[in-house]
Amino acid sequence: MKFIQTLLANQVLVSILLSALPLVFIVLMVLVVLYTEMKVAAHIQDRVAYMRTGWHGVLQPIADMLKLLQKEDIIPTKADNVLFRVAPFIAFTGTYVAYAVLPFSSIYIGSNINLGAFFLVAAGSLVVIGILMAGWASNNKWSLFGGIRSAAQMISYEIPTALGVVIVVMITGSLNLQDVTKFQDGGIGNWIVFGGPLPWTQKFMLMPFTLVTFIIMFVASIAEVNRTPFDLPEAESELVQGFNTEYSGMRFAMFYLSEYANLFTVSAVVVSLFLGGWSSPFATFMSGPIWGVFWFVGKAYIFMLIQIWLRWTLPRLRVDQLMFVSWKVLTPWLFVCLFAVGLILVI
Amino acid sequence: MSALGTYFYNIFHSLYTVIVGMKITIRHLFTRSATVQYPTVKMKIPERARNRLFVNIDDCIGCDQCSIACPVDCITIETIKSTPDMDLGMTSKNTKKRLYVPRFDIDIAKCCYCGLCVWPCPTECIVMTDVYEFAEFDRQNLIYSFSNMTVEEIAAAKERLEKYNGEQAVKKAAAAKESPASISIVPVTPPPINPEPPAVPDSSKV
Amino acid sequence: MIINMGPQHPSTHGVLRLEIVVDGEIIVDCIPHIGYLHRCFEKHCEQMTNYQQVIPYADRMDYCSAMTNEWAFALAAERMLKIEVPERVEYIRVIMAELQRIASHLIAVGTYGIDSGAFTPFLYTFIDREKILDLFEMTCGARLLYNYIWIGGLSHDLPVNFIEQAKDFIKYFRPRIKMLNDLLTYNEIFVKRTANVGVLPKDVAIHYAVSGPQLRGSGVNWDLRRDDPYSVYHKLDWQPQIGKGEVGTVGDCWDRHIVRMREMEQSLNIIEQAIAGLPEGNVKAAIPKRIRPEKDAEIYVRTEASRGELGYYIISDGTASPFRVKARGPAFVNLSVLPEIARGGLIADLVLTAGSIDIVLGEVDR
Repeated sequence: MKFIQTLLANQVLVSILLSALPLVFIVLMVLVVLYTEMKVAAHIQDRVAYMRTGWHGVLQPIADMLKLLQKEDIIPTKADNVLFRVAPFIAFTGTYVAYAVLPFSSIYIGSNINLGAFFLVAAGSLVVIGILMAGWASNNKWSLFGGIRSAAQMISYEIPTALGVVIVVMITGSLNLQDVTKFQDGGIGNWIVFGGPLPWTQKFMLMPFTLVTFIIMFVASIAEVNRTPFDLPEAESELVQGFNTEYSGMRFAMFYLSEYANLFTVSAVVVSLFLGGWSSPFATFMSGPIWGVFWFVGKAYIFMLIQIWLRWTLPRLRVDQLMFVSWKVLTPWLFVCLFAVGLILVI
Repeated sequence: MSALGTYFYNIFHSLYTVIVGMKITIRHLFTRSATVQYPTVKMKIPERARNRLFVNIDDCIGCDQCSIACPVDCITIETIKSTPDMDLGMTSKNTKKRLYVPRFDIDIAKCCYCGLCVWPCPTECIVMTDVYEFAEFDRQNLIYSFSNMTVEEIAAAKERLEKYNGEQAVKKAAAAKESPASISIVPVTPPPINPEPPAVPDSSKV
Repeated sequence: MIINMGPQHPSTHGVLRLEIVVDGEIIVDCIPHIGYLHRCFEKHCEQMTNYQQVIPYADRMDYCSAMTNEWAFALAAERMLKIEVPERVEYIRVIMAELQRIASHLIAVGTYGIDSGAFTPFLYTFIDREKILDLFEMTCGARLLYNYIWIGGLSHDLPVNFIEQAKDFIKYFRPRIKMLNDLLTYNEIFVKRTANVGVLPKDVAIHYAVSGPQLRGSGVNWDLRRDDPYSVYHKLDWQPQIGKGEVGTVGDCWDRHIVRMREMEQSLNIIEQAIAGLPEGNVKAAIPKRIRPEKDAEIYVRTEASRGELGYYIISDGTASPFRVKARGPAFVNLSVLPEIARGGLIADLVLTAGSIDIVLGEVDR
């Protein structure tokens, strides 16, 4: 007991432990999301997947991870030595640091900085560098295409994401995600997607704009994660696997992990900004620090389900159409919303 | 429509068609799966199914029709004639069998499962069954040998045939010596040269 | 930059090598290299002991649409030998060919969905295709390569529950076409991807001798079942479907796609009418015992296969096996127009354009 107490008293050790917690969470969450994705995809397509490993295949994601771990690490001879090896880890780092500012519960947030939302958008750009490096260093023209398309896509879709964050920040007055969530605490009526905890007149005027902002941010976040209908960088039927083509084994697993971790991150961001984060929709019923984690992860999981649903329904957009959607549809509408929200808040 | 009008129309039309598509897929999420769990559940095969070949070698009369009909030459048949003193039995269609079939190999890996060999068989001994799970690890195991004659039986049959042929040849030679009208291979001696010229036919008697 | 969309690629529908010269993402030139699936079909035909043995080989040319291959060859041999097949045989052949056309178009539509990124329609089309293959397996025993349409007749008559099952299939499939249209064809993202892409103008199509849905998608009203009629098509009520440029220019990828979807509906109509008018008869009555055409007889017969005009040119030298068989594969000719229509588009467009031509490498390379 005394040993654990001295352990916990040491600040450095505690902070290391706390920062390793999201890693554990990522790994567990990826296993669950992988299984969900495969099963939902299969049932949408009128088939069942994964019935043989464990009951109805629940052990399959573990088997997949083990398989990727023990695969031979193939590196093309002409691939750029340093960049090729480092790229997956940079992409994963970019995803992982974003977990530091996600408010999992009222008592746990990795790092309670005052710039939470801003830091998130910035950390997302690190992933772009990783993907670009992977595309270039593979010495493969198809990977190059994938990498460049992905860079163009992620950079263009950060604008709508950032603008959406700005709109929410205007309503709540703080960039710290924990404060934003506390602002929405108190039941479903207080959520920003329904106008926030403001007087009724303001709320009704705000509601259409926040709804539109919410939808646009959701679409932009799908594009950030490279999921269909925006998955041109890893378009399976054109580029084999896009920037991932030459990767195998653990490096591929890193990209894979970072894709699903990113999926959770953007869902979590949308949830914390618009849907009340860890606060329960029934004001005090089922609320508390531990319930907070349940609500947070649950709401993010519902958004991941919607993203999986979209992936298996829609065809993908072409590169120029992608750019069109970002610059000519999402951004102008967000400017309109920004203007309108600012006006309403001032009046 | 003006450019701005098209712009708005496109946005709302896209959202509408996306939602229509999503409605279809969510409905399918709750329908029954169209697949079965294969090794434990097997689907029913119709009775006319054309899968692995089977030969009922007791019915085979060695006519070679199936081998000729095969487009990929996957059937190899060798036959030995039987001697009149041996009784090979009857086929199921009540015809007498006259040929031994020491070799009836089907290379099922070459077979194209067209069924052309089944139609010409007079005794319907070659059929396409409904067996479709016959994968092997070694390609040599895919050459099916249907003949059930042992090495000794084949040797004995060949010996009998040779002996019979030998006896037949001797008999023919003996018969040729006795009757002058029989065709023999004995060289013909030239007729003696007649000192007198042959009589000229009388043209007046024509 | 020269980039190679190699023989092994998830979306080139087989072993086709496309050498693309790109400038950024815009295609400057595209050179198809074929021959990876050449199996010497025409040479094999000369080695067969009789004409009937060629039918399994003809099956394997366009393996997605085997009934139409067999029918074209059987027609050619029958015209050469001047055999009249019974009426029942004609009707059954029409039913089988139209079912096969639906099955082949289902593959085309499903894989086209995958090319454009939507993975689900592929599985839905294959569920429908299973029902058609079950019908075929019930009749002749095989699901993909049938050896069913013989010279002078058929190998089996229809089994007892074929008609009922076929009627069930028709009732089941009509709403599925509507569902596929809702899911894929009218989806705005798909429309944006395929409209005005890979436009094949009318005159270019005619000059390159393309045929089938590709030709009709460019607005040319030409269907061999009506314009060079064979069998009983002239007795049935159906319309060839033409592309009208509803969401873009006439002759773009969307037009070809919608022509295929509508042709499936028309095929359902044809099957319904053929089943209703099916006469009695013996399907093996006219099968000749010996097929020996006269010396130096040659004939070219063309039919409307699923991909276009499939023709066989047979030269006979009086023996039981043909002297020369030449197959005019529609996919081969349709593929030749790809460099022309792919120029100026993006790489993503090339994938969709090549998919809309609906090639099957077995037919391209024979």
